[in-house]
Amino acid sequence: MNEAGFDLVYIWAGIIAFGIMMYVLMDGFDLGLGILFPFAPGDEARDVMMNSVAPVWDGNETWLVLGGAGLLAAFPLVYSVFLPALYIGVFLMLAGLIFRGIAFEFRFKAKTSRYLWNWAFAIGSTVAAFAQGAVVGTYIQGFATENMIYSGGAFDWLTPFTVLTGLGLVAGYALLGATWLIMKSEGYIQDWAYKITPWLLLAVLVVFALISVWTPFIDPFVAERWFSQVSVIWLLPVLALVCIWRIWSSVRQRRNGTPFVATMGMFLFTYLGLLASKFPYVVPPTYTLWDASSAHESQLFLLIGLIFVIPFVLAYTAWTYWVFRGKVKAGEGYH
Amino acid sequence: MELDPILLSRIQFAFVVSFHAIFPVFTIGLASYIAVLEGLFYKTGNKDWERLSKFWLQVFAVVFGMGVVSGIVMSFQFGTNWSNFSYATANFLGPVLSYEVLTAFFLEAAFLGVLLFGRDKVPQGVHFFSAMMVAIGTFISSFWILSANSWMHTPAGVEIREGLFYVTSWSEAIFNPSFWVRFFHMGLASFLTGGFVVAGVSAWYLLCKRDVEIHKKALSMTLWLLLFIAPAQVVMGDIHGLNTLEHQPMKVAAMEGNWETSRGVPLLLFAIPDKENQTNHFEVGIPKLASLILKHDWDGEVPGLNEVPVEEQPVVGIVFWAFRIMVAVGMLMVVFAVAGLFMRKGGRYATSPWFLNGLRLMAVTPFIAVLAGWLVTETGRAPWLVYEVMTHAEGVTPSLTGGMALFTLIGYILVYSLVFAAGIYYLMRVLRVGAEPEADKKDHLQRPKRPLSGADAAWEEGVENHE
Ligand code: HDD
Ligand code: HEM
Ligand code: HEM
Repeated sequence: MNEAGFDLVYIWAGIIAFGIMMYVLMDGFDLGLGILFPFAPGDEARDVMMNSVAPVWDGNETWLVLGGAGLLAAFPLVYSVFLPALYIGVFLMLAGLIFRGIAFEFRFKAKTSRYLWNWAFAIGSTVAAFAQGAVVGTYIQGFATENMIYSGGAFDWLTPFTVLTGLGLVAGYALLGATWLIMKSEGYIQDWAYKITPWLLLAVLVVFALISVWTPFIDPFVAERWFSQVSVIWLLPVLALVCIWRIWSSVRQRRNGTPFVATMGMFLFTYLGLLASKFPYVVPPTYTLWDASSAHESQLFLLIGLIFVIPFVLAYTAWTYWVFRGKVKAGEGYH
Repeated sequence: MELDPILLSRIQFAFVVSFHAIFPVFTIGLASYIAVLEGLFYKTGNKDWERLSKFWLQVFAVVFGMGVVSGIVMSFQFGTNWSNFSYATANFLGPVLSYEVLTAFFLEAAFLGVLLFGRDKVPQGVHFFSAMMVAIGTFISSFWILSANSWMHTPAGVEIREGLFYVTSWSEAIFNPSFWVRFFHMGLASFLTGGFVVAGVSAWYLLCKRDVEIHKKALSMTLWLLLFIAPAQVVMGDIHGLNTLEHQPMKVAAMEGNWETSRGVPLLLFAIPDKENQTNHFEVGIPKLASLILKHDWDGEVPGLNEVPVEEQPVVGIVFWAFRIMVAVGMLMVVFAVAGLFMRKGGRYATSPWFLNGLRLMAVTPFIAVLAGWLVTETGRAPWLVYEVMTHAEGVTPSLTGGMALFTLIGYILVYSLVFAAGIYYLMRVLRVGAEPEADKKDHLQRPKRPLSGADAAWEEGVENHE
């Protein structure tokens, strides 16, 4: 939009990409625990699962709010096209987040109705994860727009392809949750997490393979990016595969932290691959980062503050993880 | 009948934001109170403060949780239902809302974890520090969000090019003309809410004679606070009104129920405004008082609604009555605050059943006043989204159909009703269980350590103790 703003657009694209990645990794594992909740070996295991994220889930979810507000600030077109286009999906995601958010507080206080909050936590997490996966699919699919305004219908976002990406993210988050649990638990709970991880990994692999094959057919632009120019971007899926292999091998060696770190790596490289497929389109198939960007002075005003504040945010976030480090023992809370 | 997406979006926004607003006003006040309690405990080492703090933290955890989940909804409402508005105002609202996330939400969220779950994991001073950070975070949050909201009432520091707002002066836009009055009015409202709820709950415990020593302390403290802030709110409200008169005279005209610009206008105590006929029925008023309050002159000229065409007038009935409800509650609060001072003699404030029962009932009034106040502010702005620049019709999402808006409206009503019912139910449970028994008694009971959430009242054991 603004000629002088070119350099900032790159910076902001990087910041937003970073924010979304932070969200996916951090809320990913706590949503993942919710997805696994119904299958957990007993209520004691559920207590441990919930306790392992209770002190941090709110901070994790704040990255989602930053994603929303940051898009409004830096790329308002994305905000004002995505949200109307995904209207019903966004509602489902928010409803899911509400139920699982309050389940943290209410589950421990419920006695006879505890099972209800187990379900609220599980269904809420799964619906939210699915809706987020569908957003990714819709982004790959593209949006009908006219004059910078969304012009499609209420259910354009719901197609076989987006259902698949939705399921893919559910599986992916569940994998993050399982490997997080390996790191934070011990005994029979950890055994269970070790046991399910390879199966989740398999599910993720199948869905990812399907998506990778299907995507070039959905969007010729993506096909062209990947097949016409042989380039370094092929490194990304290779690295993702290395991470996948590492998840598998480290689970077999019963490593403690490695499976989780490797899963994060898998997410990171897949995500970068997705960004590389679409760059520089943020509202595909029509608008690029530059079309979508806000005024130069607005981007600058926020950037200056951000540079000062983000180090603090990262520092005290890391500190809270450090305070609550280590295994969560069954029968022991943070009270 | 055609479903009107604009009307439905307005109802939806009003519903979700009012639901959200209930929790912040309470958490802002309560967070500061908890920080004070933790501070007192840190300084004096007196276990009473810790017991009080632990008890109120349980309430806080529930209320804060509901504030968070309903707040996340809010940050997407702008885009889902008001996408044209979001797009046009993004250059200002985007950075402001992002600053809120960066400077407030992260701070609150991170330190909340330590505050709720970290008592045994960090040194006491760090725990107290976390309480302070949460309290400060709530204020930073209101700073930014009220700046955004005030700007919509009194836009400043921007120019419009090709339908989009561009910021020409950040300081003028952030500190727009109605910002400070709204910030302080809302800040006092939050303290009043926290104060009256703490007073009401303490009063209830005193009436049931449970844990009298600590709740008496809490009540006494709170009454001192209320003694100062209840009258301060009346003064602040008056200043707020004068500010509104300057910038949004039609809103004041609606608050006063004044249809024609004239001199020596009465202050109406009762009336049924009738927009169709541009008049009031059954007026009861005090002659010339409105002129005196607004212009500090018995014969001052007060603007009337007839200065603008009917379509630009707000819904007068709502503004008029919501305003009266808020002011009536404000006055009632002053009465209780001052009564509290007189009842100090002989410590009657902690024994007199009528006073304690009155306080108990007063615990819900701040919420009524706050919602009424927002109703005045927001419906008084209609039909404008950005005052005198952009209307509701211009701001709504173009692709939104009535059916979609109705679907989510009903959805939110269902979800929130469930959440609210469950929240109230568990809050009542926390209250029924009350404060944890003192440390020595607790050891005697040999409670097993078990997983507890932040708000857990250890109630399963507790109920047995108390019931
Ligand atoms: C005067 C205060 C005030 C007002 C008018 C609003 N809020 Fe709020 N909000 C807060 C004060 C607050 C708070 C005190 O900071 C909360 C309340 C409880 C909490 O958890 O933080 C909060 C939580 C909260 C959250 C969750 C933060 C988190 O993840 O921790 C979001 C995203 C919003 N709000 C967004 C909004 C939006 C978009 C509003 C406008 C329509 C709004 N709030 C009105
Ligand atoms: C938290 C306290 C708040 C409450 C209780 C509240 C209440 C309301 C109500 C009742 C309406 C409906 C008015 C009408 O349509 O006649 C409304 C409208 C609106 N408010 Fe607020 N408001 C609050 C804060 C805010 C803030 C902080 C913002 C923006 C930053 C905001 C932005 C809006 C917008 C965009 C509308 C237009 C949609 C509509 O008219 O329904 N509000 N609000
Ligand atoms: C008793 C005297 C009071 C007066 C004269 C007064 C005056 C006002 C006025 C004029 C407004 C509208 C401002 C505008 O929209 O431009 C307002 C809004 C509001 N009032 Fe009051 N008020 C009083 C008491 C209270 C009390 C006791 C509370 C809550 C505990 C409260 C909470 C609010 C809130 C939340 C708003 C909306 C936000 C805002 O615009 O500040 N008020 N008040």
